[in-house]
Amino acid sequence: MKRPHERLIEALLALSAGLTVLTTAGIIWILAVETWHFFRQVPLGDFLTDTQWTPLFAEKHFGIWPLVAGTLLTTAVAVAVALPLGLTIAVYFTEYASARFRQVVQPLLEILASVPTVVYGFFALTVVTPALQAVVPGLAGFSALSAGLVMGIMILPFVSSLSEDALTAVPHRLREASYALGATRLQTAFRVMVPAASSGITVAVILALSRAVGETMIVAIAAGQQPRLTANPLVPIETLTTYIVQVSSGDVAYGTLEYNTIFAAGSTLFVLTLLLNNIGYWFRRRHQQQYA
Amino acid sequence: MARMHTIRRARLGWAAAFLGLAGCNEKSAENRIRLDGSSTVFPITEAVVEEYARVQPAARITVGVSGTGGGFQKFARREIDLANASRAISASEQRACRRQGYAALTVAYDGLAVVVNPANTWVKSLTVAELKKMWEPAAQHHVLRWNQIRPEWPDAEIHLFGAGVASGTYDYFTKAIVGTAHASRGDYTASEDDNVLVQGIATDRLALGFFGFAYYEANRKALRLVPIDDERAGNGAGPVAPSLATVENKTYAPLSRPLFLYVSGPAARRPAVQAFLRFYLAQAPRLAREVGYFPLPAAEVGQQQTLLADFVARSQQVKTIALAAPPAP
Amino acid sequence: MRSAARNRLVDRAFRWVGLLATLVSLLLLALFLADILHAGVGRLSWAFLRGLPSRFPERAGIYAALLGTVWIGAITALVAVPVGLAAAVYLEEYGAKSRWAALVEINISNLAGVPSIIYGLLGLEVFVRFWHLGASVLAAGCTLALLILPILIVTTREALKAVPHTLREASYALGATRWQTTWHQVLPAASGGILTGLILALARAVGETAPLVVIGVLAYVPFAPAGPLDEFSALPVQIFNWIARPQKAFGADAAAAIIVLLIITFGLNGGAIYLRQRWRQRLP
Repeated sequence: MKRPHERLIEALLALSAGLTVLTTAGIIWILAVETWHFFRQVPLGDFLTDTQWTPLFAEKHFGIWPLVAGTLLTTAVAVAVALPLGLTIAVYFTEYASARFRQVVQPLLEILASVPTVVYGFFALTVVTPALQAVVPGLAGFSALSAGLVMGIMILPFVSSLSEDALTAVPHRLREASYALGATRLQTAFRVMVPAASSGITVAVILALSRAVGETMIVAIAAGQQPRLTANPLVPIETLTTYIVQVSSGDVAYGTLEYNTIFAAGSTLFVLTLLLNNIGYWFRRRHQQQYA
Repeated sequence: MARMHTIRRARLGWAAAFLGLAGCNEKSAENRIRLDGSSTVFPITEAVVEEYARVQPAARITVGVSGTGGGFQKFARREIDLANASRAISASEQRACRRQGYAALTVAYDGLAVVVNPANTWVKSLTVAELKKMWEPAAQHHVLRWNQIRPEWPDAEIHLFGAGVASGTYDYFTKAIVGTAHASRGDYTASEDDNVLVQGIATDRLALGFFGFAYYEANRKALRLVPIDDERAGNGAGPVAPSLATVENKTYAPLSRPLFLYVSGPAARRPAVQAFLRFYLAQAPRLAREVGYFPLPAAEVGQQQTLLADFVARSQQVKTIALAAPPAP
Repeated sequence: MRSAARNRLVDRAFRWVGLLATLVSLLLLALFLADILHAGVGRLSWAFLRGLPSRFPERAGIYAALLGTVWIGAITALVAVPVGLAAAVYLEEYGAKSRWAALVEINISNLAGVPSIIYGLLGLEVFVRFWHLGASVLAAGCTLALLILPILIVTTREALKAVPHTLREASYALGATRWQTTWHQVLPAASGGILTGLILALARAVGETAPLVVIGVLAYVPFAPAGPLDEFSALPVQIFNWIARPQKAFGADAAAAIIVLLIITFGLNGGAIYLRQRWRQRLP
């Protein structure tokens, strides 16, 4: 009597777990279908080689590079801020700071990660941009620099706590051997521990990169809405995520080319983050094997 | 035992919440009025809806800002009752709406403002020809610096801000300046949300942009208005800036335009919508002036009220046959 | 010898550099919170909490947005909890060895890294269009439920893992089936941890803006939803709208609304941490 009852319950549970697979399938399906509609009207060559993105105007260009450049530019600024700062903090925590200091400060840093991103966007637009404009001549009201800096602050806890995990995973004997040879803490940290934890730290950076690439609100509020292929962080640009938000805020008539461009941008974004995440996981597995 | 009680209570609570939420049906569908469309007309509509809520607290009115084009698409799909529009309905949109019928009500006048940053010292006025040179499709990737417009202007980048393609302002501006609707360069900061444009221009010395007059009026201190010269002798000589006088007597050309509210046949049959529209037309002159547009003269307000009453009467009679729409102004 | 002395000097210097880096980060957090408080605390009042959106920044309020956020939180939790619990229980108690479970696990890690705006696109296609829910609270709740599902499953699994095996074994020894053990012993024992995970996931969900914008939340919704199929406003979206308005006075409204949102977010996070402490103390 109990057996079929049990098996039914197990099936239901398995189905719920299957919903997650269904979600992934759903994401891939809608992206693929709408992108396919897009590529029926726009040649793939244009998409990959054109340097302008003006899909809605009289002179249509469908090159994805301006949006990708905008995304990469803001991400680069963010990582340029978060990596040195995060790594320094991680080294400080593992090699220098006392346990009590860590206990108090660690949760405070975690707060940085729990703030909603629209709040960061507000901060970028109302505080960071005017402050930077006073210091950097010619900085426009919307820019990759301002949005990237604030994004860097947002992803700082990711970099610092994941790097910290990587550093603490390195066996003690390496540290002790280094001290035994007379090295200072700093030398031990940067010439022994960090290289030993390098793959873990790389994972941290890759996951932080992925987070920054997918970020929407900070760049939608502070980075601008002008797609352009540039490496200049001082001018307005547009990221993949901002474009999706911009066109969704207008009406999206199902089936039009305008609607399909959202999904073309979405697919590009999905592929980018998927690649980054999986490279990160592959790295992590390789790292774990080293100390098995 | 205590744990089991907690579990049971949790289960009951969850079920109750679910049923409670699911059971909440829309009790007030009759009072729901949906508007969407132009960002230009939005400030007037927002003001009217806010004032109407004091007179009629039961009303549940929502307003979207999808752009005039986006609004018409929703209007044709019957997803909204009223469409805000900063240009007249196009031929293809007319065809899509023919079945349900519609009427166009003029609610205010706008003088499309061309603005620059206050730190911009060199632009004293612009001619229509110069604007065309800046904004036409051929300018994409070519006309990039101020001294390409007039040689005495600085050799610096032009940063352009303007309406996006779903915006009626965009359609109107391109028709009036470039000559063909929807024909413009694509490499500028385009947004259906005029607030984004205001912010962009206000913080950039090299910026130039255009939007509805109310957005200039609300941000006077942060922007500088540029008078426009249409180079036609019969229409007032020299550069003209938008104002109540110049928009009313049409000397601010070609950028003076009416602002519309479109109502569908099915919506006009509902008493709640009729009451709202009568209120809208009556309050529009006062509120349009308050938000920074140019009000209709009293005689014209009367005309619009009559137009509305006629349309309501017609849509009561003719329910299933396609209504012949009045000629678009 | 000289170089050793220099090394020690550099070492000591780095101690200060590290401390500085940490303090700078905390200082930025403090600066950022101080700025928001300074800009917004003047606008906080009962009138603000009970008011509706308005074209006059002094009169605008967040009542509709606040209630919208509460509705979204409720629907998200109602949808995500059963599914998340069931999936976590399956992965942890039942399918540990099967290939199906391994596939699901990899899948969940990938889903956790998908940007929230992609979930917005999924919600737009499936819930808004395909299921014809329109831009309603229900569509938003379902979308956000999918968004937090991976996090919820992971934290629930952690909570289940923390229940000692002896509890399960004792239950089996008394003749209970796997489901009876799970339902009557394991879940109650893990309930604190599960609740903690849920609150943390909800804190994330109520702060999300991008998926709501993509679904099509309107600019002006001056009332609270009356049913799950109603249009709605939400706190993050209202903040976004006010930020976009260039008049300075709306900035104060945005800051005040941000204070309310942060109180909710920090409150939920803080509550979760407190719960986690108490729960950890109760486990042997």
